[in-house]
Amino acid sequence: MTQLMTEDGIRCDGRRVDELRDISLKVGVLKNANGSAYIEFGKNKIIAGVFGPRDVHPKHMANQDTGILRCRYHMSPFSVTERKNPAPSRREIEISKVIKEALQPAVILKDFPRTVIDVFVEVLQADGGSRCAALDAAAVALADAGIPMRDLVSACAAGKVADRIVLDVNNEEDQEGQADMPVAVMPNVGKITLMQLDGILTPEEYKTCLHTAIGGCKRVYEIQRKALMEKYFQNGEQ
Amino acid sequence: MDVKRRYVIPGDVIATGPLRPEHNVYQDGDRIIATSVGISEIYENAVRVIPLTGTYVPKTNDLIIGKVIGTSPLSWEFDINSPFMGFLPAQDVFGRDYSPTKDELRQRLDIGDLVAARIANFDRSRDPLLTVQDRDLGKIESGQLVEISPSKVPRLIGKRGSMIQTIEMATKAMITIGQNGWIVISCEVPDGLLKAIEAIKMVDALAHTPNLTERVKSMLGVPAGEYNDTIND
Repeated sequence: MTQLMTEDGIRCDGRRVDELRDISLKVGVLKNANGSAYIEFGKNKIIAGVFGPRDVHPKHMANQDTGILRCRYHMSPFSVTERKNPAPSRREIEISKVIKEALQPAVILKDFPRTVIDVFVEVLQADGGSRCAALDAAAVALADAGIPMRDLVSACAAGKVADRIVLDVNNEEDQEGQADMPVAVMPNVGKITLMQLDGILTPEEYKTCLHTAIGGCKRVYEIQRKALMEKYFQNGEQ
Repeated sequence: MDVKRRYVIPGDVIATGPLRPEHNVYQDGDRIIATSVGISEIYENAVRVIPLTGTYVPKTNDLIIGKVIGTSPLSWEFDINSPFMGFLPAQDVFGRDYSPTKDELRQRLDIGDLVAARIANFDRSRDPLLTVQDRDLGKIESGQLVEISPSKVPRLIGKRGSMIQTIEMATKAMITIGQNGWIVISCEVPDGLLKAIEAIKMVDALAHTPNLTERVKSMLGVPAGEYNDTIND
């Protein structure tokens, strides 16, 4: 087993316990999608594309009262060290579902009855915490597509590694660590839209972990905001 | 009236207090929050956001340009660059004595034809109903189709039509603007056509920047006028 943390609290990739990985986010990278975003979250490289609102196919899925949201999270065969079978796995189906449910409270679907908004997330390179990174990119892509939203959705994980609560768990820490908790929030509305926990935490640890994760989400939000502002108001004059 | 403007993204609180929420905002308690990327405006107690991206949502009385994508026995179906399909009833073209056995829809408007139409009716429960019963509406015989983002159409028109008049005068082109972001340009001089397309693309790309009319004028080689152009329309 590799050592995940030194005595003075430096993690295996050189970060402190409350430090995020480097994040870069670019909006509007795809020409053919209505909205898109590309995120590099540490070593994660994820691209998100949004289509719609558009006609629902198959037609029986359409809802007369409201629009619907569909989401596909997919990992490329080359995104991990061993070739990944491109067919949707059990894990990908689950992540598609949780991403959809994390975005749904933010998107105002009532304005577009009988239509669908499709969110496609493609993981080009995976390095732990990809569901959070995917969610960050998807939220920005939705805003880029001009779909009415109550708020952006910002996501970040926290976890327990070498008996300490750490922010933004990477791949090694996820594999060898004691707990991993991805959290997504709507930062201005102040609501949590995704909270999963893999591992065991005491009630105190749980509270710190959640607060650490929410703190991380707020920092991610600033990056999302900056990326959107850069695309739409590049001249920056307010 | 003083107008306050700001750049906003979804979730930004624009204002608090007893204000009226208009387009692209929603009210949460006494806070008014933006739902789309754009420029927020507060004037006369109303708050709205002029979006910089997004699809076209039909509004009654909008002039639009549609493309025929199909027919049914009683109507044409139109692509109107929107999540919803436009319907033009056959009676609107053939008159009240239209009979599906006698008249052939395709002879008047075939698939692929472009049509200038007005939205006669639209609500959430049904697809938009179109009409061509007005002056200057109907099939478009010639011209070049240019597509821009529907959210930038107000900018292309300009304040009381200032922008579009500038372009039309400088290039001697006839420009029909659909609110859905589809524009047809016809011009007898090929040079003017190219210039008009370039000007429209420029407005599309630089819609959020101030003094755009002046910039378009200098691009088209028109001496600067006295128009005082502002950011919103």
